Amino acid sequence: MPLLKDNDFIDDTWQRLDDGAAIPATGDILVSLARLLADFGKLSNRDGRLGVEFPNEERPGVLESFLPDLSLIALTFPKFADGRAYSQARQLRQLGYDGELRAIGDVLPDQLSFMLETGFDAFEVTERFPEEAWEQAASSISLTYQSAAYQPRRLHVWRLRWARDEGV
Amino acid sequence: MYRYDEFDHRFVSERVAQFRDQAARRLSGELTEDEFKPLRLMNGLYLQLHAYMLRVAIPYGTLSGKQMRKLADVADKYDRGYGHFTTRQNIQYNWIKLEETADLLQELSEVEMHAIQTSGNCIRNVTTDHWAGAAADELADPRPVAELLRQWSTLHPEFSFLPRKFKIAVTGAPNDRAAVKVHDIGLRMHQNDAGERGWEVIVGGGLGRTPLIGYTVREFLPETQLLSYLEAIMRVYNLHGRRDNKYKARIKILVHELGEENFRAEVEAEFARQKELDVEVESRELERISNYFAEPAFETLPRLSTGYEAARAGDPAFAQWVRSNIAAHRKDGYAIVNISLKPEGGIPGDATSEQMRTVADLAERFSVEEIRVSHHQNLVLPHVKLDDLHEVWKVLAANGLASANIGKAGDIIACPGLDYCTLATARSIPIAQTISRRFADLNRQHEIGPLRINISGCINACGHHHVAHIGILGLEKKGVEYYQITLGGSSATDASIGTILGPGFSGDKVPDAIETIVNTYLNLRQGGDDSFLDVVRRLGHQPFKEALYAPA
Ligand code: SF4
Repeated sequence: MPLLKDNDFIDDTWQRLDDGAAIPATGDILVSLARLLADFGKLSNRDGRLGVEFPNEERPGVLESFLPDLSLIALTFPKFADGRAYSQARQLRQLGYDGELRAIGDVLPDQLSFMLETGFDAFEVTERFPEEAWEQAASSISLTYQSAAYQPRRLHVWRLRWARDEGV
Repeated sequence: MYRYDEFDHRFVSERVAQFRDQAARRLSGELTEDEFKPLRLMNGLYLQLHAYMLRVAIPYGTLSGKQMRKLADVADKYDRGYGHFTTRQNIQYNWIKLEETADLLQELSEVEMHAIQTSGNCIRNVTTDHWAGAAADELADPRPVAELLRQWSTLHPEFSFLPRKFKIAVTGAPNDRAAVKVHDIGLRMHQNDAGERGWEVIVGGGLGRTPLIGYTVREFLPETQLLSYLEAIMRVYNLHGRRDNKYKARIKILVHELGEENFRAEVEAEFARQKELDVEVESRELERISNYFAEPAFETLPRLSTGYEAARAGDPAFAQWVRSNIAAHRKDGYAIVNISLKPEGGIPGDATSEQMRTVADLAERFSVEEIRVSHHQNLVLPHVKLDDLHEVWKVLAANGLASANIGKAGDIIACPGLDYCTLATARSIPIAQTISRRFADLNRQHEIGPLRINISGCINACGHHHVAHIGILGLEKKGVEYYQITLGGSSATDASIGTILGPGFSGDKVPDAIETIVNTYLNLRQGGDDSFLDVVRRLGHQPFKEALYAPA
């Protein structure tokens, strides 16, 4: 599946490691939470970056002590209407995680801006939609009424007002 | 009243353009119906039995004459000349075409209106006291906070795909007219000894299949912490609310399953982690909004108006209407006018485009341009001079809008039921109509006194039957509709959930049953001040059961 990052389709260099599979000596690997908890020692002492696919029902707090060693956290949308990962993303950013936060599962253009606002910066997407559809979806609304969690793209209405009223 | 600035305008225009694109992609087949459904729902568009239904938001039930006139134009142009005011202070149009919806939304945006988040599993239109800013008993106008919540909840990136819909109600008065205890979150304003305002936060109330009264998670939350605290509640709900069963997905079930103490602990822990919300920006915004709700330039008037007193003395029909439809205003010489949308035999909450224009005119001439929609599906002119009341009444009467039955037997709340709704198990509008005809005699309604009859066409309880003094729930068994009656509910400050009286009745027997219940009450009451609800609470169901189910 293509990976959308910074408005571009790029190749996914990460390798998904099955729970029983041997740990390769090099390369970036993405493991399950169970594997992370079981094999963290080995996983963190190798030549290559480490990522975890984090389940929908878990509390992001369990990752807190691992965050410095993680370069990718994948959060899942089992159905696009299941919005738990938005809150998980927000909590992870609040915990100070600043590596790649990837949305996987049922990821559609119409939810892209919500994902960006809550702290996602990479998206595993289907080829059904052309690149323009994603770009358009992310930019169709330029304003937001919420203070953004992370790297805001849209302009915050309340701050704009403040600036206007101060004559800044 | 709140007015859009350039940013609000830009936001809503972009939203309309986005919807226009989404609708076009659905019409071309690029989007599947499954993918389009949540998008259209977030713009208030439902697919009903016969057509699309569009629900337009009337934020906290406040609108101007100009906006009301636009609603009338929309009714004429895109519907069949009428609209339906709902129990959530919104308006619904029942005969909408998908192809025309974006144009309709465009027109609404010209008068600062939209249909954002009037459906879907997101934070819905925030509701409040329909007498806000006018009521004599109010601490302060709750609408600035309601508007702050409107903005904060609009397309909230984190909370647009919740387990289920989410409803917030706000009141600034000790007498609860906003039913804050039966909402997902209810906010009630308090003032501490230092004179500072704060909010009691009530969570987990609701109707539907599992009616529950909410519980107070915080007694007094300082106003500056309101949004951070709400974000904490929403996050706990978004993460832990059930998604496996849509009938167990509301926050009330989460509160119930976790227990009040555990739920509070989760929220407080999340609240303690909330650092990034910008309190300063938020309080500046609240201050900016509050300026829009500054008290209108009321005239200094005597408490009594001789013209008004003379009209009351000389015109019994006017005097009767005054008794039921006028409420005390906070300013001397003014009154709150409640306009009943419950004429004898009518469809509760329906108004024709002509009636909407009449109300718009009256608002502009006599009520500083303001109109309110109440959750009882009625309208309100909040600021009318006593001197003008007789004139206002005459205009209302000439347009079928002067039913003197506010809060009485004829003031029935009914959901659309089987006439429109795909989920319905029974009709509710025709039942409301027959009961209203049965109690057509206004003198009798006034004699009976305060009585709230609510009807829902299925267990989802959109007609709020659980909090009615007499609730009627339409069900269906083996293809036959029947109606269950509950007694003793209330959505007021001392909220309670009504309980079932006994076996149900077929539709044609319902008016007789209601009549029997009412007559039983009249026999039992100790004077005219002993209201129906008082008697039910004092004596319980037994006397009513005996009267209703006695062997013939
Ligand atoms: S109560 Fe049932 S029938 Fe009535 S509007 Fe709600 S879902 Fe439809």
